Amino acid sequence: MENLVQIAMANVNLQAIMPSLVLSCFGMVLLLVSVFLERGRTAPVAWLSIIGLIITGLVSIGAWNQPQAGFAGSVVLDNFATFFNITCLIAAGLTILMSDSYLHREGYPVGEYYPLILFTTAGAMWMASGTDLMTIFLGLEVLSVSLYVLAGFFRGQIRSNEAGLKYFFLGAFSTGFMLYGVALLYGVSGTTKVAGIAQAIAALPDAATNPMVIAGATLLSVGFLFKIGAAPFHMWTPDVYQGAPTPITAFMSAGPKAAAFAAFMRVTYISLDSLQTDMSALFWLLAVLTMTIGNFVAISQRDIKRMLAYSSISHAGYALVGMVAWNEIGFSGILFYMLVYTFMNIGAFAVLVLLGKKGEDNLTLDGVAGFGFKRPFLGVALCIFLFSLMGLPPTAGFTGKFFIFAGAIKAGYIWLAVIGVLNSAVSLYYYLRVMVYMYFRDPVEDYSWVKLEMATVVSILIAIAGVLILGVIPGPVMELAKLSVF
Amino acid sequence: MISVYHYMILAAILFAIGTFGVLTRKNTIVIFMCIELMLNSVNLTFIALSRHLGNMDGQIFVFFVMTVAAAEAAVGLALIIAFYRNKESIDVDDFNLLKW
Repeated sequence: MENLVQIAMANVNLQAIMPSLVLSCFGMVLLLVSVFLERGRTAPVAWLSIIGLIITGLVSIGAWNQPQAGFAGSVVLDNFATFFNITCLIAAGLTILMSDSYLHREGYPVGEYYPLILFTTAGAMWMASGTDLMTIFLGLEVLSVSLYVLAGFFRGQIRSNEAGLKYFFLGAFSTGFMLYGVALLYGVSGTTKVAGIAQAIAALPDAATNPMVIAGATLLSVGFLFKIGAAPFHMWTPDVYQGAPTPITAFMSAGPKAAAFAAFMRVTYISLDSLQTDMSALFWLLAVLTMTIGNFVAISQRDIKRMLAYSSISHAGYALVGMVAWNEIGFSGILFYMLVYTFMNIGAFAVLVLLGKKGEDNLTLDGVAGFGFKRPFLGVALCIFLFSLMGLPPTAGFTGKFFIFAGAIKAGYIWLAVIGVLNSAVSLYYYLRVMVYMYFRDPVEDYSWVKLEMATVVSILIAIAGVLILGVIPGPVMELAKLSVF
Repeated sequence: MISVYHYMILAAILFAIGTFGVLTRKNTIVIFMCIELMLNSVNLTFIALSRHLGNMDGQIFVFFVMTVAAAEAAVGLALIIAFYRNKESIDVDDFNLLKW
């Protein structure tokens, strides 16, 4: 009976989940709206979901510097969560902008697509603000289940089916590992609260050798490493990214990845703080492995979408460098880098969306031969995004990498930073090769099917603005990132 | 006397069987059943530990895991049906369009 009273009295503070609450309500209402629209009409749903994202963004910004905890301390809306919320909202907004014309071109003008993106984003926000492994798990699942559907959204296309199924099976498999890790940590500490686990582990005399702590921490990390696509749990990334609808690939590589990093950082730095030496050593290995595998396999890819999938693996590796550093610059570097990565990667995919034909969006390198001169605007846009992905100044990719590697050097990981920079040099090869094909090969096609769709162009322009502004004047946003670190 | 260790060991064995099944079986439905077995072994761990520690958090977690597993089953089976309609097969060897 005592337990019941406690549960009834639990401190429910709706302020703490306000952004994701608003977003989920919008998603549910839009599901209904799309039922009442005539078949094939999706534009109103798209615009309404953009409005929903903007309102949610305003609600999130309103919570800046006013941390709210709710639901008996299992959710907290602090600056850290707000920063990631905004990153995910930007990712969702840019994705929705480029989606409508794409869905019509591919012959799947179905309204449910947009609410699913909103639910994914809401799940991502729960992950970023979860301070209990239970809420983090629920956020992760809301995000994943919606993404499984979105990856397999083109029901008639076997490529999309295969991507959805592969993502589903490997995702559910990794969830199993993660849950087993949660169960073991619960056994050690008697709680699933992130802070409670930290206290329990710190109180153990033999934390670093306790088999249950080690197994729990490792299995829990596997679940997160899978979601961010770090080696050796990256095998799903290229297949799913290649097969999924292009806007969804763009979204997957930015929003959910940022959310997974957010939850991973919170759990690692709070719960497993007493294991810092071991975790740092593990991350060192994983960061090097992830960067190297991503970059070297990307070299041999001839499909641009698949190449960007491997490049996304290597970028997860750069962000992991910030986790190894385990200091303020490294942490805020990851926050900053996730925002930068959202702009540059989604921008690059937006150009690819316009480049594709009905039913065959998988562009090979030969497919972009001479594209740069035939379509100057899109060519220049793609070049800016690729330069940023390479990490060349004055783009945001450079400043993002700079902060992360600066954090690693400050923490004394000189060699890790050197390996990171060498890896960036390797990545020049495959990014530049796309530009070589775009500008120095004779065009085979006239690209007459490429239409400059208004909404997609807006999304490209926003992404360019983001890449250049964050590249030239990173200071203000970097300050915000520093204020966001807990 | 059956102690918490027996339950933990049983759960670990079930988890290992599930993992082994996911890695070796070819039929997607069987793989899916193996994943469910993994999740249920986790549930067993939670319940055993919850009883052992005398606190309710673990049992509440189990309810969430079951709910989520049901939602996952709905989506997963739908994806399998969509794949079957196009390919007339639910064998993982037929997932062969996307590679390297």
